Formats: sequence, C-alpha cells, structure tokens
Amino acid sequence: MASTQSPVLECKGISKFFPGAIALDAVDLKLYPGEVHALLGENGAGKSTLIKCLTGAYRRDGGMILLDGEEVSPRSTQDSQKLGIGTVYQEVNLLPNLTIAENLFLGRQPMRGGFIAQRKMHAMAKDLLAEFGLKVNPAEPLETYSVAVQQVVAIARAVELSGKVLILDEPTASLDRDEVQLVFSVIEKLKARGLAIVFITHFLDQVFEISDRATVLRNGRVIGTRELAGTTQTDIVTLMLGRQLEDRIHDRAPSEAGDTLIELKNFGRRGVMEPFDLTVRKGEVVGLAGLLGSGRTETSNLIFGAIHADQGEALLEGQRISLKSPRDAIGHRFALCPEDRKNDGIVGDLSVRENIILALQARQGWFRPLPKAKINELAEAYVKALDIRLASLDMPIRLLSGGNQQKVLLARWLATNPSFLILDEPTRGIDVGAHAEIIALIERLREDGMALLVASSELEELVAYSTRVIVLRDRRQVRELKGDEITTANIVTAIADEQMAEAV
Amino acid sequence: MASQVHSTMKRIMPQLIILIAVLFLNFLVFPDFFRIEFQNGRLFGNLIDVLNRGAPTALLCIGMTLVIATKGIDLSVGAVMAIAGATAASIVVDGHSWQTALLGALAVGALCGFWNGFLVAYLRIQPIVATLVLMVAGRGIAQLITEGTILTFLNPGLIHLGAGTMVGVPTPIVIWVLLGLIVTAVVRKTALGMLIEAIGINESSSRLAGINSRVLIVCVYLISGFCAALAGVIVAADIKGADANNAGLWLELDAILAVVIGGNSLLGGRFSILASLLGALIIQSVNSVILLSGLPPEFNLVIKALLIIAILVIQSPTVKHALYILRASAEPTPPAPAPVQEVKEGTQ
Amino acid sequence: MIRSTHLPLLITIATFILAYTLCASQYPAMLSTRVVANLLTDNAFLGIAAVGMTFVILSGGIDLSVGSVIAFTGVFLAVIMRDTSIHPLAAFALVLAVTIAFGAAMGAMIHYLEMPPFIVTLAGMFLARGAAYVLSTDSVPIAHEFYDTLQSLYWKAPGGGRFRLTGIIMLLTFLTGIIVAHRTKFGQNVYAVGGGLPTARLMGVPLAQTTIGIYATSGGLAGLAGIVFSLYTSAGYSLATVGVELDAIAAVVIGGTLLTGGTGFVAGTFFGILIMGLIQTFIVFDGTLSSWWTKIVIGGLLFGFILLQKGLTWATTLRRKPATEFAAQS
Repeated sequence: MASTQSPVLECKGISKFFPGAIALDAVDLKLYPGEVHALLGENGAGKSTLIKCLTGAYRRDGGMILLDGEEVSPRSTQDSQKLGIGTVYQEVNLLPNLTIAENLFLGRQPMRGGFIAQRKMHAMAKDLLAEFGLKVNPAEPLETYSVAVQQVVAIARAVELSGKVLILDEPTASLDRDEVQLVFSVIEKLKARGLAIVFITHFLDQVFEISDRATVLRNGRVIGTRELAGTTQTDIVTLMLGRQLEDRIHDRAPSEAGDTLIELKNFGRRGVMEPFDLTVRKGEVVGLAGLLGSGRTETSNLIFGAIHADQGEALLEGQRISLKSPRDAIGHRFALCPEDRKNDGIVGDLSVRENIILALQARQGWFRPLPKAKINELAEAYVKALDIRLASLDMPIRLLSGGNQQKVLLARWLATNPSFLILDEPTRGIDVGAHAEIIALIERLREDGMALLVASSELEELVAYSTRVIVLRDRRQVRELKGDEITTANIVTAIADEQMAEAV
Repeated sequence: MASQVHSTMKRIMPQLIILIAVLFLNFLVFPDFFRIEFQNGRLFGNLIDVLNRGAPTALLCIGMTLVIATKGIDLSVGAVMAIAGATAASIVVDGHSWQTALLGALAVGALCGFWNGFLVAYLRIQPIVATLVLMVAGRGIAQLITEGTILTFLNPGLIHLGAGTMVGVPTPIVIWVLLGLIVTAVVRKTALGMLIEAIGINESSSRLAGINSRVLIVCVYLISGFCAALAGVIVAADIKGADANNAGLWLELDAILAVVIGGNSLLGGRFSILASLLGALIIQSVNSVILLSGLPPEFNLVIKALLIIAILVIQSPTVKHALYILRASAEPTPPAPAPVQEVKEGTQ
Repeated sequence: MIRSTHLPLLITIATFILAYTLCASQYPAMLSTRVVANLLTDNAFLGIAAVGMTFVILSGGIDLSVGSVIAFTGVFLAVIMRDTSIHPLAAFALVLAVTIAFGAAMGAMIHYLEMPPFIVTLAGMFLARGAAYVLSTDSVPIAHEFYDTLQSLYWKAPGGGRFRLTGIIMLLTFLTGIIVAHRTKFGQNVYAVGGGLPTARLMGVPLAQTTIGIYATSGGLAGLAGIVFSLYTSAGYSLATVGVELDAIAAVVIGGTLLTGGTGFVAGTFFGILIMGLIQTFIVFDGTLSSWWTKIVIGGLLFGFILLQKGLTWATTLRRKPATEFAAQS
C-alpha cells in the first residue's frame, strides 16, 4: 500500500541476546503512517522482546531504530514516549483507583494558582475521549468501567503522550466481542489520523479484521511480512507454526487404547471455556492444539480443578467425581504440569529433592512424613530416570535450567503414580536435548497404560505423540483428529478454518 | 545426620556469633556475668536471668516464626497475652485449679489464633490488617475479663509457672526450651515445616501441588495464639496478677524483631525456629548489657533501635544485592549469570 | 452525584450521625456546643496525626512511629524551654524541622533500601521513644507565658462551648489535607503510588520524591500533633501517647480508607476521629460503662469496615460499566 511513503519507524537488523539464547536475530520491520501492522508469533517467538527494545525496556545489542529517518535509542518507557512511541498492554497499565481524568493527565495536570484545575481537567478529558467516540464520566474511578473502556483510556493517554507510533500488545485478550468492536473503532480513528499502529494479538480473526499488513516472527527471526488483503489465514498459520510442513510418517503404534478412564460431559466455566465433552482412555495421548489463548491452558486447569468448573460433570471410570480443587483432582490420581513453570510449578527456594516429593507429601498429609530413605531413593531414582542434571539434590530448584526444572516437575507428578497426567506446554523454553527426552517419556508413559492430555503449540510434537488431537479455537473445541488424520497440515487447516469461525 | 548438624550450624552461625559477642560485652561491663550459683534449690546468676526474662519473647517468636514463614505476620500476640493472662487469673480467682486455668488460657489463645487464621486464609484479608483487629480490641477484651483491675491471685500452682523452679531451673526457661524443642521437632520430623515453607515461597505452586494451604495457614496462626497464651500465663504468674493494660505491651514487636534478627525473611519461606530463639536471646542480652553497664535504662530503646536499623540495612534486598555484586566481581571466576538475574528479580 | 468510591465515606458519615442521634436521644446534654467543642479539643492531637497517617495509608504504607514522635516532641519542647530561654515559636520551628527530617529519613530508607514500611517505622518508633527517654524520663512541666496565651485563646459559642486554638488547628490541618490530597500533584502521586507502585513508576510518578514526601508529611504532622498535645497537657512526658498510632490507624480505616492503599478520603478520617471521640464521650456520660468498651467497640468497628471494604472491592469487580452512549457516536 504505502510503499511510496517513507516509514515512520524502521527497525534494521535488531538483535538481542540473553545468556545462552538469541532472543532477536536481525529483525527488520517497517511501519508506515496510517497502517495497522500485526505482529504475530507464538510464545517465545520474540514479539515481546522486540516491543521491549522499541519502548526502551531493553537495550538492543545490535541494529538500529529509525524514527522519521533519525536513529533513536530510547532508554526507558518515558523516553520512548517522548520520542513518540506509545504502548498499551493487555494488563491495563493505568491506576484503577484514580479517576479517568486523573489517569489521562497524571503528571501533566492543568494547574491554576498552584492547584489542579479539576473542572478544566474533566472537560479536557471529556473532549479527548469524545474524539474517540467514548462518552464516559471522567470523574469516575477507572475501575468502575469495563476493561474495554479502560483499554481505550490507556490508548488515549498513550496517543496524547506520544502521537507517532502506537504499540498495542494484546489489547483485546480479555475483551468480549462487543468490547473488541469498541477498541477497533478507536484503532480505525487513529489510523485515519495517520498513526502507525503495531497490533499484537493471538486472535487471527481480529488480525484480518483490522490489520493491513502482518509480520510473523519465529524463534527471534522474521519469517515473513505479508499484505493481508491477498492472504489466507492458513498461510499465516503456516508461517507461524510450521517449520517445514511436510508430514513425516510416524510409526504410530496402532491405537490400542484401553478402557475409558475419564469422561467429561458439558464441562466448562462461563467466560473461561465453552462447555465441552472429552473422553480419555487408558494408554492414550490426547493432544490439545490451538493458538495461544484458544483455551488450551484453560482446559487443563478446569480438568485439574485449578479453575473451578461451573457446569458439567466429570466421570472417573463411570463414577461421578467432584473436581473442585487441585486436591480433589490429585486425590483421584490426576496430575498437572502447568504452563507457567515459574509461578505455578516450581517452589523456587526449596531444594530439588523437596520439589520432587512435594505433591506426594501433600497427598499423604503433613503428619505422615515420607521416611528420609524413601525420599532419597525416590529423588535419586527420578534424577537418574529422567537424566536431571544438577550439582546436588540439595540445591534450590530455581538455579536449574528450564529443561531440568521441567523434568523435576515431571518427577514430582510421576512420584505420585498418577493414572491421568495433564501436561501443559511440556517443552516450552527448554533445550533440544531435554525436548527429545520429554517426548520419549510421553511415549513410554502411554505404553505403560497411563492416560495423558498434552497441550502444546508445537505441532510436530503433537503429531509425534498424540493418538488423538483436539483442536481449539476461541475457547471452544472445533475439531477432533484421529489416526491418519493427525498431520500438521490438518491441524493448521482446523485452526485457521474460516468457515468454522463464521459458524460461531 | 552429621551433614544436617553441619547445615544447621551454618544457618545459625551469624546469630550465634552476635549472641556470643553481646554476652562477652556483658562480661566486660560486669565480670561476674557468667557466675551461676545454686542457692535454696534454685540457680541464680545473670545468665539465668537473661534466659528467664527472655521467656515471653522466646515463646512468642516460636509461633511468629511459623506465621512469618507463610508470608504473614501476627500483630495480635501482645494483646492475646493479656487476654490469656486475664483468663487464667480469673479462673483461679473463681476457685478452680491451676490446671483448669492453664488449659482455659491456652484454649482462649488458640481460639484467638484461629480467628486470625480464619480472616487470613478464608476471608483473604491481608495478615497485617486481619491481626490488627485483635491487636486493637484484645486489650479491651482482657480488661473486660479483669474488670479493669489488676487481677491478683495467690494460687501457688499458677504462680509456680512464672516464678517457680523445676529441678533448680526457673520454670519459664523450662517451658520455652521445651516448647521450642517440641515445635521444632514437630515441624522438622513431620512434613509440616516443608509445606509451610512451600506456601511462603510460592502459594500458587503449592496449591497446585495439592497442599491444603488454607488449613495450614489457620494452623500457624493457631500455634502463634497458643504460644502467646503460654507467654501471657507466665507473665501473669510472674507478677501474681493479670495486668490487662501492660501485659505483653509491645512484645509483638520484640517477637517480630527476634524473628528478623534470626535471619528469617519477612517475605516468607525458609525458616529456623532455633535462629529466632537466638534472636530473642540477643535482644534480652542487649537489654542486660545496658542494665549492667550502669548506662541509664533510657538508652535501652535508642540502642535497640539502632541495632535493628543496622541489622535491617544489612538484610535489605538492595544492600544484599550490592554485596552480591561486590563479591561476584571480587571472585576470580565470575559466577554463572543466571543466579545474578535471580537475585535481581527478587528485589523487584 | 454519588460515586461508588464515596460509599465508605458516606457509610462513615451515616454511622457518625446515627451514633450521635442515639447518644443524644439518651443524653440530650450531648447536643450542647460544650460537648462538640470538647470533642474537637480532646481529639485535636490525634486528628492531626491521623491526617498524616491517612496519606501514609493511601500510599499503601504504614507509620508506626507517630505515637513516639508525639511524645518525643512534647519532651523536646519541655526540656528545651526548661533549659534555654528560647521562645516557644522558635522551639516549635525547631521541633518541626527535626520531626520532618526524621520522617523523611524513614521514607528514604523505605524507598532506597526497599524495606517494608512496617519494619522501618517500627525501628523509628523505638528510636523516637528512646530519644524521648534520653531527654527525660520524668514528666517535665512547661511554664511559659506564651503557652498561657495560646491556651487562653478560644471562641465561646452560645451554649458554653469553648472552641480552643488546638481544635481550630486540627480543623485547618484537615482542610489543608483535603486540598493537598485532591488538588495538588503530590496528592495525586500519593494515590497513584497506593494504586500500584510498578504502574505508577511506568506512568512517570517520581517515586523517591513522593515516598520521602509522604513520610516527611507524616513525621511533620506527628510533630505538630506533639505541639498541640503539649499545649493540651502543659507538659512533656516520654511515656505519653503510647499506642496513638493504633488509634490513628483505626480512625483512618473507620473513615473509609482502604488499608491496602489507593482509595480513601482525608475527610473520612475526620469522621473516624469523631466516631472514636463520640464513643469515649458516651462512656463518660453513661458513667456505668467501663472504659475498655472503647477498645472493643473500636475493634468491632474496625472489623466491620474491613469486611465492608472487602465486600465493596469484590462488588466493583463484578459490575463494571460499559461506556454510556458509545454506540450512538460510532
């Protein structure tokens, strides 16, 4: 479209290194005035690192940022704001206890005689928001309004303070359909004003609805930039997920799944996950595929009782069971390795040994401590079996690498001898060696007759070990793939299937 | 076993060194400090006094250590002491036995602890706010029980708890050492200690690992209330009366201080009751050195305040981080970058 | 226009009016200007300290040192006027400078050393009380004609109530506090810090300046409260005003300010003080009720307001407003 124009912002070969990892590898990005540019990629693709380099939260290690043709190096969020780059995050970065007007003008309030001119401030706020088509009472605390309104206020503040480039980092993630329209109408208005807008989201429909171009990142590299007018969702999903989407033939063991272990009927929670049915049999690996935010983690958490389901029922070997808390689920010999290892998985300051026996000990109750000998035996056995590399069992788990932490968490749950194991992103952020070992472990557990549910964004991986794959989109199940249907291409089609999305 | 003793020693070494230093200071200002005599079937001496006078703080800090390990705090222990003392006194004044009085006081203390725990664990009120309620109302309740007077009593059994001896050792010492041993044994010989630490370090992970965090949080506040009640009974027994206004006044602050001096983080997690008890003894030894040095007692608070500030500054995240960087850069081989990042994250 | 954040304030005011009506219906004498004037005079020092505490709590902190600072101020004034011939006004200025610097130092420790306010101000509490002890352990009387002049200043209202200078100072402090909280950048920054420290940092609030300013304000107001207290008692005593910080915190919470910070009103604290004073006055009037009921009732009120705030926070997140008439515009 705007190739005749000169870009407002241009990134040339931006690189960022972290100890032991390349987060951004020579990333190029051009933003033209009056365009909405979607930035796409799975978790860890480098989106947020790129944003942080642009907003000054990180210092880039290589490359240059040109703003209106001049090189800039923002050192802080304030710095980049002054230069003209504003950012709005999914978590509204405003103060919920202050009024809307106060949030808009904090730090630059209109003054009269040394005091804040409140009436003037309210009038200014009202005018400003009216430009965005928002009619609210600016004297009300921000928290009394919906997240969508808060989001628009955040956008208004960012635009007021900067005015050239607006970065929207998943602004719609926690909004419902109508609220998204409110935010989109604001984006349209800003586009008309000639702002360059970076839009980050994991909702593909929204990308196609509002964006002009899209850049896809993977593993810190730009995979491609596309004009969206002539592109299909499948093309984009392929860019995002597929390494090479040719399908390898897997010597999948003929599905000799055993008896039904767990059956969920109409299970769900309002605002979290649409009600769904799910059956998992012994000796079966059910894969959960879908983009970020499609409901993978929500499904895992609901089944494990970490999020309380408000409808539906669960049957374990035909018996109705209650899954109100993780303790309930663990009592039925369920286990969950969560996606957010740092906050929901490891107990950082406890030793590796203690982390391994934690769930088993919690199930036994505090008054029946595991004997020292048993603890050591268990810990050593799992360290050996899973090849966990550490200096000592006594070291705090937070000092281990991501892959080793993940293995310790697996050990924690295997120690409880579960009959149903839920793994949420078991290979996220871990090195290649550990990656292969974990996949091998999943295979082995399945052969031993365990029932597994694995949520992952790595499609090749899902294809490798799943006996069935359930595809999620917009927090609902859209497709189930069995046997030979399980190919990355089929999964991509199901994720991107526009027709199915229309049917919603 | 040997390695366990070694790691415990390593953990309490700073507290031990400070305690020995302060005791030595006592010796310098008063050469007879370490002399212990046995007269009329009782041990006498300044060292014994330190152990005896330190009993209330020592008892309180046992429960406080557990509460702080869960990332909580219990501001009400001073007030609970007053309530428990008043309860015990009013029971013996009514003509019941000292055993009934002790049990009654302990039950009331546990009930207070349960109330705090309920507010924190089930109503999800911040610990500092939840325990403030009882801190404010508690002394009123104690006065209600004593009807505003200092309720004196002559029951020898009850008095024995505060002023008597057991095999020559003052009873309060026996009580706090025993309770310290029992609680340490319970939390370390069962899995209670580890589960409490897990909750304090990461409640979300702990809950997902199946730990019943709510029940355990109620438990630690209950233990804290129990310890406070025991301390309250001892203080009342010592003066042969329940003083609702002054019993345990500001002792909650001494108890928190003892825990902090004991090297336990106010942010929860790893804890050592032994180190807290040493902290309580350090506080008492400082009091003693000020007393024995002939310095006017009014300097007591100023010195204590300066001591706290010094200890806090050393323990503050910023200074710790600075020291870490200093040490890391002083070493010939720099450590792996990962832990540095970890420390930095902790300060945010 | 009634806003949901005003609700705790309105409930506090309603509680006060209800309590006063109940008291007055039982003892009509409580309606006299004399009672009202005494309510202001007797609680003047507490009210002034509570204004500072309101700012601290609004920012999400706590200041345990105020009781000790009040006692220190009293002793300092008494001793300096006993031992030197300095004019009381100069002594006032001196003591205010000391207490402001003391508060600022605590604020600096909290900000730069990232230590919890609770523990820093606890050390401050010991230090201020200790400094008072060091100056004098006895009660030191203050005899200066200027004190007599100040104490004799009052406005006699019809009905015999004497509105004294100290009560007026409290009212002025509250007025200033209200204006500072809502009409100055500093006040806004206090609310911003209480609303969320990381967000406030992102939005460009000068954190060091604000935190130090907050504790300096609290220290300075505790100093002013100490001056008022010394006018009230004509003496300085290092054991005085023990536990006043608790009363101040209670008044702030009963006044509708959230202990977690960010929401509340200085005006609410004023009514919190009045409610607490009313309870005491009622007990005096009654004559048969014992003084300990004050503490129990205040504890109960504290609990009630904490629960109320918990409920309100919960309710706000439940019903959020969409934009009004948004569709009409787009």
